[in-house]
Amino acid sequence: MHPAFSVIFLTTLIGIGQGLFLALFTGQVYALANLIPVQESLGFYAVGSLIALLFLVLGLIASVFHLGRPERAWRAVTMWRTSWLSREVIVLPLFMLLVFLYGVAHFFGLTQPLFMVADTLPIDLTLIIGLLASMMAFALFICTAMIYASLKFLKEWYTPLTVLNYTLLGLASGFMFAAAFSAYVSFDLVSLFGIWAVIFTLLGAVSRGTSLARNRALRDKYGLTTAIGVRHPNMKQLSQGFMGGAFNTREFFHGRTAGALRLIRWFFLLAVFPIPVVLIATAYALESPSLPIAAFALQYLGLIAERWYFFAEAKHPQNIYYQSMA
Amino acid sequence: MTQLALVIDLNVCVGCHACVTSCKEWNSSGWAGPMPDENPYGADPSGVFFNRVQTYEVGCFPHTETVHFPKSCLHCEDPPCVPVCPTGASYKRADNGIVLVDYDKCIGCKYCSWACPYGAREIDAQNKVMKKCTLCVDRVTDESLPEAERKPACVLACPTSARIFGDIHDPNSVASVAIREQGGYQLQPEWGTQPANHYLPRRRSQMQIHEDELIRADNPLRKEEVEMPIEQGDTLDDVAW
Repeated sequence: MHPAFSVIFLTTLIGIGQGLFLALFTGQVYALANLIPVQESLGFYAVGSLIALLFLVLGLIASVFHLGRPERAWRAVTMWRTSWLSREVIVLPLFMLLVFLYGVAHFFGLTQPLFMVADTLPIDLTLIIGLLASMMAFALFICTAMIYASLKFLKEWYTPLTVLNYTLLGLASGFMFAAAFSAYVSFDLVSLFGIWAVIFTLLGAVSRGTSLARNRALRDKYGLTTAIGVRHPNMKQLSQGFMGGAFNTREFFHGRTAGALRLIRWFFLLAVFPIPVVLIATAYALESPSLPIAAFALQYLGLIAERWYFFAEAKHPQNIYYQSMA
Repeated sequence: MTQLALVIDLNVCVGCHACVTSCKEWNSSGWAGPMPDENPYGADPSGVFFNRVQTYEVGCFPHTETVHFPKSCLHCEDPPCVPVCPTGASYKRADNGIVLVDYDKCIGCKYCSWACPYGAREIDAQNKVMKKCTLCVDRVTDESLPEAERKPACVLACPTSARIFGDIHDPNSVASVAIREQGGYQLQPEWGTQPANHYLPRRRSQMQIHEDELIRADNPLRKEEVEMPIEQGDTLDDVAW
């Protein structure tokens, strides 16, 4: 497949937004359980939600560039019964709304307990909205990834590992950003977010590594035999039917050499997984405020390459019809 | 239920591209148009086609055969491009099984083209919507046309009648009979999309000529290997015209 930067930025940016929100809510739950001191509502949660919302908006803007007719995008909510893309179009704005409400509730300090559960757990408005938004965040990971994982003849994508990768890499980058942001404004939550970022990064390394190994072992089920229905061991295309280009020769071919692909794979394998972990560990040892930012920035660059490779490594079965120009 | 479809005989197709050009002509000016070309006379021309004729070489040189392979939307009975469409622009007509795109609803997200294993859909880069073979729905359903012309443009254009159009759910249609009796098959059946279009296989066309058909073995008036005492001259058989 030809990697489209609109989709690359969409999926990576909303991944950060989702992960960052889940990091904020994790902070609130930790504070509720008295594992960390209660954070000041305005500075931490409201500003954090605003930044998460910013990433989601940026992702949404990127997605507009993928559409031929963005002015009709509202129509995309109609086919949610069958289309994962339609489900994503519904869940993304819902999640954005909940993140917005979560930020607003914290901004106005609506943190007085509404009621108590078992006389020990005070439930306030932000906790309820946060819980709903967290569920939406996971629903969005599933919707986004299932757009790809549901296409059964794109075998590189047709696996639960696709959903797992999108979720873990989104969580990793979001928590990494939370760590970087905490370091930047010198909250004492760098180690909490940093530890979770490292955990998700390492889990992501395992799951992405597994999917890379799986895809390497895939063998083409299809071939010219069934594509044109001629049974002969020795066949080749002489002409694809036209001398110029076409949608079919542009959309489904990445047009890069195997060497370039290998380079991009090694870049993202290093930039997404080991280097940010080392940087976070070093930052913890040195108590450096800038290294977590470097870790996040590098991981995000790596994630762009990872998503590029995700598209490029999928081999569309239609390509068998477009092997020879004349 | 009706399922209109094409049955394409690979044994008959000569690869002349008449179906390609007549498709482009009809659909450029018809309901499904336009089919814009970009840079048509420049160095890197590109354009929208609903139908392409490809050419394959089968066998090892010098014992090779050329197979011309017309390729268009197969109007699958279980089309993978339809459920993925987020707007419902991509749909399969209930009355005749043709898979179509509603150009007024399409948002140009290209997801349907990813979901089609045959590469049957092409985006119209100028109108920013997805386009595909309509099986000339505006022709085949037009009752103001004479019955014989209610066929897709490609079928009418084919000089060798390699393309048969009909309802494959009607067991007595020409298309169904051709599929049944000439070994019609579907493309990439392994995906379970159940393409409605079928192809008739390439066959070796050979005529077996036995030696006794060349000599007049049983003919008492045969001239071969018969020694006559005197020259007989031409018989009536030899000068027949």
